[in-house]
Amino acid sequence: MNYLILSLIKTAIVVVILMHTLAYLQWIERKVIAHVQLRVGPRRVGPHGLLQPLADVIKLITKEGMIPSHVNLVFYLLAPFIAVTFALITISVIPFGPVINVAGVRTGMELTDLNIGVLFVLAISGLGVYGVALAGWSSNNKYSLMGGLRSSAQMISYELPMALAIAAPLLIFNTLSFREIVVKQGFYYFGFWPNWGIFHSPFPQIVAFVVFMIAGFAETNRVPFDLPEAENELVAGFHTEYSSMKFAAFFMAEYANMVTVSCVATLLFLGGWQPPWPAQYGSIYVPTIVFLASAALCFYHAINPARPFDRITLPVFGVLFLIIAGVFLIPAAQPILLPLFWFGAKTGAILFVFIWVRATLPRFRYDQLMRFAWLFLFPLALLNLFVTSLAVALTTK
Amino acid sequence: MPPLPAEPPLTWYLILSVVLFALGIAGFLFRRNIITVFISIELMLNAVNLSFVTFSYKLKQNDGHIFSFFVMVVAAAEAAVGLAIILTVFKNRQTLEIDEVSSLKN
Amino acid sequence: MDTILFLILAVIAVGCGINVIFQKHPISSALSLVGVMGALAAMYLQLGGEFIAAAQIIVYAGAVMVLFVFVIMLLNAGKERRTSPRIWARWAGPPLLFLFVGAVAYVLESFLPPSGDVRFGGFDGGSAQAIGVRLFTQYLLPFEVTSILILIAIVGAIVLARKEID
Repeated sequence: MNYLILSLIKTAIVVVILMHTLAYLQWIERKVIAHVQLRVGPRRVGPHGLLQPLADVIKLITKEGMIPSHVNLVFYLLAPFIAVTFALITISVIPFGPVINVAGVRTGMELTDLNIGVLFVLAISGLGVYGVALAGWSSNNKYSLMGGLRSSAQMISYELPMALAIAAPLLIFNTLSFREIVVKQGFYYFGFWPNWGIFHSPFPQIVAFVVFMIAGFAETNRVPFDLPEAENELVAGFHTEYSSMKFAAFFMAEYANMVTVSCVATLLFLGGWQPPWPAQYGSIYVPTIVFLASAALCFYHAINPARPFDRITLPVFGVLFLIIAGVFLIPAAQPILLPLFWFGAKTGAILFVFIWVRATLPRFRYDQLMRFAWLFLFPLALLNLFVTSLAVALTTK
Repeated sequence: MPPLPAEPPLTWYLILSVVLFALGIAGFLFRRNIITVFISIELMLNAVNLSFVTFSYKLKQNDGHIFSFFVMVVAAAEAAVGLAIILTVFKNRQTLEIDEVSSLKN
Repeated sequence: MDTILFLILAVIAVGCGINVIFQKHPISSALSLVGVMGALAAMYLQLGGEFIAAAQIIVYAGAVMVLFVFVIMLLNAGKERRTSPRIWARWAGPPLLFLFVGAVAYVLESFLPPSGDVRFGGFDGGSAQAIGVRLFTQYLLPFEVTSILILIAIVGAIVLARKEID
């Protein structure tokens, strides 16, 4: 029963954090895109629009859930459920940190450590297609059907380079468990250069990382591969006929998939929770310095406020950042917080790239999308796999 | 009714496999849609896979797993070709009814 | 516990299997088959076949059945027209199938040597490593032959699908 209680606690923590991440990811996306486009983004609800996700959730819940009369009801209702379930399940095998001791209980910082974790993620992400395809088909609408068809073709096509890109680092690490993969990335060449997946001997996996990220963009239906929901040709693609919470489910699934892809990229290629340089060169002080800098920035802008209310709100955030910076200096909290900081920093950086790309790149045409997958990405991933396996075969006795 | 055993006997798995196989046969024989017939074949393949894995457990060897792995791979290849054939048939005859594709009969 | 798990999975598998053959619409049949595959994958885990369970989901549910759904959507296949099967097929078919199942079950229960029970974790030879070692040593030739088969299938599928364009 102890195991059960422990699992329940961990599940509660992960669910709460994940849901907040998903909600605020959208806020961050709107803010970042706004600043790229020289706007200010949401700032009406709460200080700097920080309560915007809450307002959005209330809006979506209280909206009337319309069900068009011409839909195939069973699949119409099933599709968002499938999409969001399979998008959220994958997070259960992602480890966020090392095995830790909390109040005498020894536990890994993940929900479960499968010895086929990588295969599990591949399998579940493959099932996510059904949500989109069924939504498109059951809506009984030409645009939705086009969106669903495009999405299933796109996801099948990009699953291949993605799987091949994942296979290459697996050859090097020789295991399918995420935890072991990260543990094997915890060393340093020459004492300071991390042996993360993208730098790992015998063959650095930079190509695999790039291929994985591009395929990840396509798998999550993000710009520049958001053909399934291309607004100006397909209205809203597969979710044209969805409203209220059913629409929110698709929205949440998209963001959850983004988080999953970022987590997997972090674990396989960027060393998971391992710091980029060893602790004796001061990597343990990085979070403190980062948060101190943030606090200083807040105070500076509070002294020279751009808007009147900044004089009140920014010092509050500054004090919060100072407190967080202090917490990272507590020796007892460091084994727990430092891995989490590095994992969050790497995943956040990749998520930022997702948003950045969305703000800057135009959309592909459909034939370009397919040609890119089959004539460029797939051969590239295959070549990378070939070279990697050759290097592994030549260096292992 | 006797109480349930704590651990299911191996024969239950085999019987389940037989039931699924029989369902596959029924679909194969009674359905008239080419795609559904094809789906029934996949159901039969799955049923056989279950018995392979069950025997693998019994014999404590993983040959059964490897065999069902091969079955899966062949099923994937079969699906690719079969669905291409279905597409061609549909383009030529605008029907998926298996009874109407019978020009070789007479 | 194992029995309860088995019974739940078996009920899901058989229920979805019945759904496969009784649903009038091909897309319902296809999705019911995905349900069967999911239940069987969980059962493979119970039998110690973790790799084969993952392969079942990736290859079957994630690729083959998506292809089916894709084709059904592409052809916009409607509901199946109700055709009356031949009279003897309608009346003799189901009893014969029941007879078949009953006979096999009887043979299994009475003539098979007592085969023991399934306990979770009773067999651990189904890990990815164990399968891989066998696959690339003892079963190397079948493996390579299968890859050639897939190549032929890809070429065949492309040739068949291209025909309609010109």
